[in-house]
Amino acid sequence: MGSYLPSTHSERREMLREIGLDSFEELYRDVPESVRLKSLSIPEGVSEMEAAAQISALADKNTRYRTIFRGAGAYDHYIPAIVKSVTSKEEFLTAYTPYQAEISQGVLQSIFEYQTQICELTGMDVSNASVYDGAVAAAEAALMCQERKKTGVILPDTVDPQVIEVVKTYCGSRSVPVTVLKTKDHALDADTLKAALTPETACVYVQSPNFYGVIEDTTALAEAAHLSQARFIMAANPISLGLLKTPGECGADIAVGEGQPLGMPLSFGGPYLGYMACKKELMRKLPGRIVGETSDKNGARCYVLTLQAREQHIRREKASSNICSNEALCAMTASVYLAAMGPEGLRRAARNSADHAHYLAERLNGLKGFELKSDKPFFNEFLTACPVDPALLQAHLDKEGILGPLPVEGGLLWCCTEKNTKDKIDRLVEIVKEAAGE
Amino acid sequence: MKLLFELSRTGRGQDLLPLSDVPACEFGGELLRQAPPRLPEISEVDLERHYTELAKQTHGVNDGFYPLGSCTMKYNPHINEDMAALNGFTGIHPLQDENSAQGCLEVMYRTEQLLNEITGMDAMTFQPAAGAHGEYTGLMLIRAYHLSRNDTARTKIIVPDSAHGTNPASAAMAGFTVVSVPSNAQGGVDLEALKAAAGSDTAGLMLTNPNTLGLFDPNILEITRIVHEAGGLNYYDGANLNAVMGHVRPGDMGFDCVHLNLHKTFSTPHGGGGPGSGPVGCKKFLDEFLPEPRVVRDEGGALRFACPEHTLGKVRSFYGNFLVAVRALTYITVLGKEGIPEASETAVLNANYMMHKLKGHYDVAYDAACMHEFVLTLEKLKQETGVSAMDAAKRLLDFGMHPPTMYFPLIVHEALMIEPTETESRETLDRAVQVFLDILEEAKTDPEKLHEAPHTCPIGRPDEVGAARNPVLKYEFA
Repeated sequence: MGSYLPSTHSERREMLREIGLDSFEELYRDVPESVRLKSLSIPEGVSEMEAAAQISALADKNTRYRTIFRGAGAYDHYIPAIVKSVTSKEEFLTAYTPYQAEISQGVLQSIFEYQTQICELTGMDVSNASVYDGAVAAAEAALMCQERKKTGVILPDTVDPQVIEVVKTYCGSRSVPVTVLKTKDHALDADTLKAALTPETACVYVQSPNFYGVIEDTTALAEAAHLSQARFIMAANPISLGLLKTPGECGADIAVGEGQPLGMPLSFGGPYLGYMACKKELMRKLPGRIVGETSDKNGARCYVLTLQAREQHIRREKASSNICSNEALCAMTASVYLAAMGPEGLRRAARNSADHAHYLAERLNGLKGFELKSDKPFFNEFLTACPVDPALLQAHLDKEGILGPLPVEGGLLWCCTEKNTKDKIDRLVEIVKEAAGE
Repeated sequence: MKLLFELSRTGRGQDLLPLSDVPACEFGGELLRQAPPRLPEISEVDLERHYTELAKQTHGVNDGFYPLGSCTMKYNPHINEDMAALNGFTGIHPLQDENSAQGCLEVMYRTEQLLNEITGMDAMTFQPAAGAHGEYTGLMLIRAYHLSRNDTARTKIIVPDSAHGTNPASAAMAGFTVVSVPSNAQGGVDLEALKAAAGSDTAGLMLTNPNTLGLFDPNILEITRIVHEAGGLNYYDGANLNAVMGHVRPGDMGFDCVHLNLHKTFSTPHGGGGPGSGPVGCKKFLDEFLPEPRVVRDEGGALRFACPEHTLGKVRSFYGNFLVAVRALTYITVLGKEGIPEASETAVLNANYMMHKLKGHYDVAYDAACMHEFVLTLEKLKQETGVSAMDAAKRLLDFGMHPPTMYFPLIVHEALMIEPTETESRETLDRAVQVFLDILEEAKTDPEKLHEAPHTCPIGRPDEVGAARNPVLKYEFA
């Protein structure tokens, strides 16, 4: 059996005697006899070496694809070596939430830097220190906009289906109506939105690039929402913001999204990062931790958790959210990633991802049966028709360690990042041809 | 210390990505951002040194004693990190076919089995990403249960006044009204008040046991019975599970659902505020409402995702903070059936040992044997010397110790809540006790020194009022 107790059994016996007890059982004297557990029915403990072997065997059972043409909410971008090195520093790894500012300046300053970077990316005024993931960020943003006389959220079916699900859960428990708009051609047009807006609508949520990769006409959609005095929430893949118009420029009141592409590995879905930023006027409604600059008693610049009057430990049931722990180390990961990449590196990640996706789209579009399903502008994902059984296609790709597109309703959803270079795309297209029997 | 943005010099940077090797695609000008984001331009060496300096200004468990009450800051074993970093986990896309991710599904399945046994539950979801997220999910289970029976009148959640702030906040998010019940003179739930509060509008009770005073409520079976008899369900806030693992199980105490904090009890690192993981377990009669998907074993022995029949939906994308579950599984695998209860009883022993040594010098809020943590009240000390719990906590920083949780629970004045955990040696505890006693002496002889503390940290006490009054929440570029 392994153990992380520094004290030996006999030392613990001595300590027990010192506090006037004879047995360890006495420590549990307040537990009713009838429910005291005799023993746990789980395997006996093992040494570190044995545990490592057991867990590694599980990792070995997974198929790790060398090349990934699948996104749909989780993206395989290149992660600079410094990212993992910095976020493995034990001070960052093993600290709690920075309640004690005097010995937490490192974490606090890094969150302040993260907040600044998110504001720069999104064109917003204020960012929080993160929430659990992009879907929860969407739900929290929708709740932020609800007022007594304006309640309800509208979102199109071009939003990531998982995000729609989470928004429905969070809004459902608060009796906030959720309207999912059906769209044509995988994009929401402003007229459809205008027809759905009512004076009661509190907010409109649009993802761009959307689930199908299409860049939505967010400026027109934001205008339509604002004409109806509804807030406009925009979700964006943060890598795309190295190139594309910011939520701020599109007219958004709140910007949210999944931060995983900013230096976090795929990791079977988590830990990921929900980023949230907003215009100044909504600052006091923003959920979660926020770090602010101040000075210490000697006038030196420093950082603290601030605007805590919004939070659960002060406001209890009247708090803006129940969030306590967030994804701090993931926020730091994103911050190191963005600092390492710099404006040129981020632009290159965005540019290469888009270029690769467009090159692949063009190659596929030339194959019979793999026509593009939309002629609208897209970023690094796109939908094509699928003339073969998707499982058969993947079986072909499996042989060369390639994870192919995600089968979705209406076809195949493809994705490229800067890692999907020309030679990989060319090889992929060859295999697709084979699978399609060309 | 300089900010990243102040270190930036135009033209500096790192060569991390190649130029594109395919023709550039065209975007209409109306689609492009007007100016690049002002991200820092920094060389790798300067970036590394920046973070090394920030690390020096951060105190983690590996830097020293961290008796932060209610947060269970135990040591985070390195093997957990090694396992979570395996390419066979980090490189797996969440939307791979489940046949190609059997190892990941087995991590979730096996961890669920182990935690079900430890908590006395029948089913579990890993979707919640933190404790408060788990509370919300658990309450949504309770909500779904009552609604499934067309019992729409159950709109209230009972929460003791000693509860964490997340409890009432989560109840409000789940659409409930919060009814607060007071604590009795012994620090437990006031049974008469509970009886008066429980009724046909009671959806459930949220309880931490041992509670935030570090006390195990000896009336626990009576408490859960009262709620059940009123038709409500019992929710166990697992924040303090570290006291009782392998000794008593929420499922045997009358609880119907529970959340755990893997980042507290199961030794996964807290990362300066996350990522955590707040899996929610429940009894069989609630499993049809769990978030989707769940992992089940099919007839052929393979693991599959399945959607519970009356699922409450999703509370997060994918399957939660998967790598945190890998760490927790590693931890439980190492400790096993003897190590788990031994960890808990040592946590309780360490807390009692410290309390025993401090008693008679400091006032203990409730003078009874404690579980894994205990609460001091410095109310009298403040009256006598002017030294507050805040002053004492800040002075502890000078001795390389993270202070206890301050001013919580709210029902204790000038509270310091101390949770040493099991992974501290007797010498560490003895030294901490000595520091507490020295501070007490200082309070009497040199209170000014405490008002001015800390004296050895990178900064002195920050102006928090100013920070909130004039919020500066990002760097202002020149």
